[in-house]
Amino acid sequence: MPVVWLILIVLAVAVVGYVLGRGRALASAGGEQIKLHSLPSYYGSNVAMKVVVPAFLILVLWLLVQPLIVNNSVSGLIPDSEIAEGSSRGLVLAEVRRAARGLDNAVAQGLITEDFARNARADFNDVTARLKEAGQVVTSQITQPILRAAQEYRVLNATGNFMMSIVVILAALAGAAWGLYESRADFRARNTVERGIKALLISAASIAILTTAGIVFSLVVNTVEFFRLYPAFDFFFGLTWSPTFSGRGGNSQLGIIPLLWGTFYISFVALAVAVPIGLFAAVYLSEYAGPKVRAVAKPLLEILAGIPTIVYGLFALLTVGPLLVSVFGPDGAGIMQSGTAVMTAGLVMGIMLIPFVSSLSDDIINAVPQAMRDGSYGLGATKSETVKQVILPAALPGIVGAILLAASRAIGETMIVVLGAGAAARLSLNPFDAMTTVTAKIVSQLTGDADFASPVALVAFALGMTLFVVTLGLNIVALYIVRKYREQYD
Amino acid sequence: MTDATLSPDGAKAPEKTSAQPRSLYATDELTKKRNASEKRFQAYGIAAIGAGLFFLVVLAYSIISEGIPAFTRTVLTVEFTVTQEQFDDAESQLFKTRAYEVVFTEAMSTQFQQKNIQVPFDVAAIERIVGKPGSTIREFYRANPDQLGQPVAFELAASSRVDGYMNGRLTRDNITDSRFLQKSDLDLVDVLVESGIIQTVFNWPFITGADSGVDNPGGAGIGASVVGSFFMMLVVLFLSLPIGVAASIYLEEFAPQNKFTDLIEVNISNLAAVPSIVFGILGLAVFIQFMHLPQSAPIVGGLVLTLMTLPTIIISTRASLKAVPPSIRDAALGVGASKMQAVFHHVLPLAMPGILTGTIIGLAQALGETAPLLLIGMVGFVARGYPDGFVSGFMDPNSAMPAQIYTWAARSDFAFYEKAWGGIIVLLIFLLSMNILAIILRRRFERRW
Repeated sequence: MPVVWLILIVLAVAVVGYVLGRGRALASAGGEQIKLHSLPSYYGSNVAMKVVVPAFLILVLWLLVQPLIVNNSVSGLIPDSEIAEGSSRGLVLAEVRRAARGLDNAVAQGLITEDFARNARADFNDVTARLKEAGQVVTSQITQPILRAAQEYRVLNATGNFMMSIVVILAALAGAAWGLYESRADFRARNTVERGIKALLISAASIAILTTAGIVFSLVVNTVEFFRLYPAFDFFFGLTWSPTFSGRGGNSQLGIIPLLWGTFYISFVALAVAVPIGLFAAVYLSEYAGPKVRAVAKPLLEILAGIPTIVYGLFALLTVGPLLVSVFGPDGAGIMQSGTAVMTAGLVMGIMLIPFVSSLSDDIINAVPQAMRDGSYGLGATKSETVKQVILPAALPGIVGAILLAASRAIGETMIVVLGAGAAARLSLNPFDAMTTVTAKIVSQLTGDADFASPVALVAFALGMTLFVVTLGLNIVALYIVRKYREQYD
Repeated sequence: MTDATLSPDGAKAPEKTSAQPRSLYATDELTKKRNASEKRFQAYGIAAIGAGLFFLVVLAYSIISEGIPAFTRTVLTVEFTVTQEQFDDAESQLFKTRAYEVVFTEAMSTQFQQKNIQVPFDVAAIERIVGKPGSTIREFYRANPDQLGQPVAFELAASSRVDGYMNGRLTRDNITDSRFLQKSDLDLVDVLVESGIIQTVFNWPFITGADSGVDNPGGAGIGASVVGSFFMMLVVLFLSLPIGVAASIYLEEFAPQNKFTDLIEVNISNLAAVPSIVFGILGLAVFIQFMHLPQSAPIVGGLVLTLMTLPTIIISTRASLKAVPPSIRDAALGVGASKMQAVFHHVLPLAMPGILTGTIIGLAQALGETAPLLLIGMVGFVARGYPDGFVSGFMDPNSAMPAQIYTWAARSDFAFYEKAWGGIIVLLIFLLSMNILAIILRRRFERRW
């Protein structure tokens, strides 16, 4: 039974339960609402809640656990001899799933019988040809062990789905019975329902924790796996980045130093563009500009922050890069080889960060108490002297925090560097050289065809872990500084 | 400063030692310097804002100027008749489309004679200009055999090089002779333009079409990826709005001051700053590797983007819940509502405009996000068609607007760059209308207490 139908059935039971529960509670009070502990709708909601929550919980858990169990037992059916050189158990399993889906679809189209799908033997019947005739995408030749595993996979899944439907519907019915049994006049329905709602609210809030846990879990597990295949020392201190896909990536050199260098170099260029412009813009907007200028200029600058990064990436690749080449390239200064370079990505990223720096600093400058300005003016200082000698020193911790936040943005930025910075990992001082960053390499290692068990793909998780730790550290320090600073003037 | 008028006398007294008498009317060196530095400082500020706005204008200009050509396409409008005999004859041949091209070329030359055009041309030149008209014509007559023998006006897409020549990407100076287009062909194109056979029309296939392969930039459209984005946004909306609102209500109205609440708060503020690519890694590891959800499917993209937008929505929802004055809660509690009733019946409806505004802005952010989509496989996939139905819209592999733009930008044929810019215009139109909707909502419903 498709999951959609199961969900609809459970919801239908809930609706019926709502009506019945409401009615039963009213009947138990002899139709007089005043004698009920709670409003009648709460009795109905109580029943509906008891139908939906356990049933859906079971459904979700089952859907999560069943593939794991099925994959495990099917995996046991595949002999090691079936796993070809350069392949892995995961790839063979994917093939099994593909074959099983092919069988399913062919049965659904009526091209093969269910009996054939269950009992065919690859060595007697030409299953591959039959499936291809049915328009299914399968590998060139389905071998007997794979077909056997695919058939087992189908049977296990079918049984699993059947049992799931039964259990879920039973849970829904049991919930309805329990809720209906409770629906009497003296039952404190509102309190029960409100406790349920509160539990829902808490679990919604806990998703943030779950997400962090999921991120940390997926990064740590795969990073540990990577370090089993590749020495951690070479990763953190290696000066060469040259992944090779041959021999399952065994000969790769995966040193992170060139990537970190590229990342920090590009971020530095970006901050060198964004911080002066953003800071001066913030000072002007908060200290000099009249309300009219402010009302126009501030939202216009903030448009820059709302533009998706893919747009900046394209801007870097197709507009800024060629422009820089025409000035610094072979026809000009001769120090730039191609459009993708540290300077290209850095400049464009700087543009993206201008509103980020300016609106954060704007807030911080506005938080400096007016009394400090007045005091400075009273001593005869000009506006610029007040800004330079009173406001900026007072706002400095907050501004440092804002710059750190901007730096963490720059380090984690992906699209601009993927399109604008190039793919060559190198240690160079020339800002017009192409370099690459941690984020760009995460993308290139995980979008290739390498299978997930090889170090060349797993290294992306170690890179992600490094990125996560660095940006998290920067954010925590920055938020701490900003918060401390706010408290100072509150 | 009432004694400013007395200053000539008053100022003299302490200045006796200096050689020159100082006057407050005459600005001295130091004041000049200070005033100049004041001016300079102000100029820096104006320059900074000017620089920011300049970048904005340059960005907008390059998007518009590079992207507009994607919205036009070049077509040849030719009216001609294919008779039953010609059809049968062509169908009996080995190279069927080739035979139709011969018919087409004949039709072209009769048109030339009618319009008194004297240009030498051969079949190869026509082929270079039109691409391959044969299959289009064949498909048409196989589908509509009743049209045989009647004049039919065909609108045939010109090849992408001719397209480039028409919108200025290629000129006579930078064109190189190749088997795709030769310099001499441009003469023919010019004549055809003059006679009205080659026209530039609005590129509907770009808006409604699906992505083409790497070899056919002219046929690439963004429609299928718009649909992919739409399904993703549905997932994001229906997950992040209820979850975000529920989490905010708990944190703002019910959460006690304890370690658990602190943990949630810290997590939310940190998640808001985690780079988006890390969410992509999470999606890859958890949703695809662990849960075996289909790769490149909008549902996976939607789930990842939901997790990414949740902090944004929670932060803005909490702000709008906080903006509802406590007197509302007190009044509700005072007439006997439970705390839950006070929140759901009174506070939440009042906070709703702010929540919706925040949600729309969060959705707009999610719509433009690219990096996580790269990792869950939305880029390797060429979205050649629309999903078949509602469920397959979520579960079947598809592309999304930003992923499609990236795919085009990463292709080597530069004719795709124009598509990428055009795609950006479409994407920005969506973002702009969402933001405008948010602003209107805020203006219309926001209450100042």
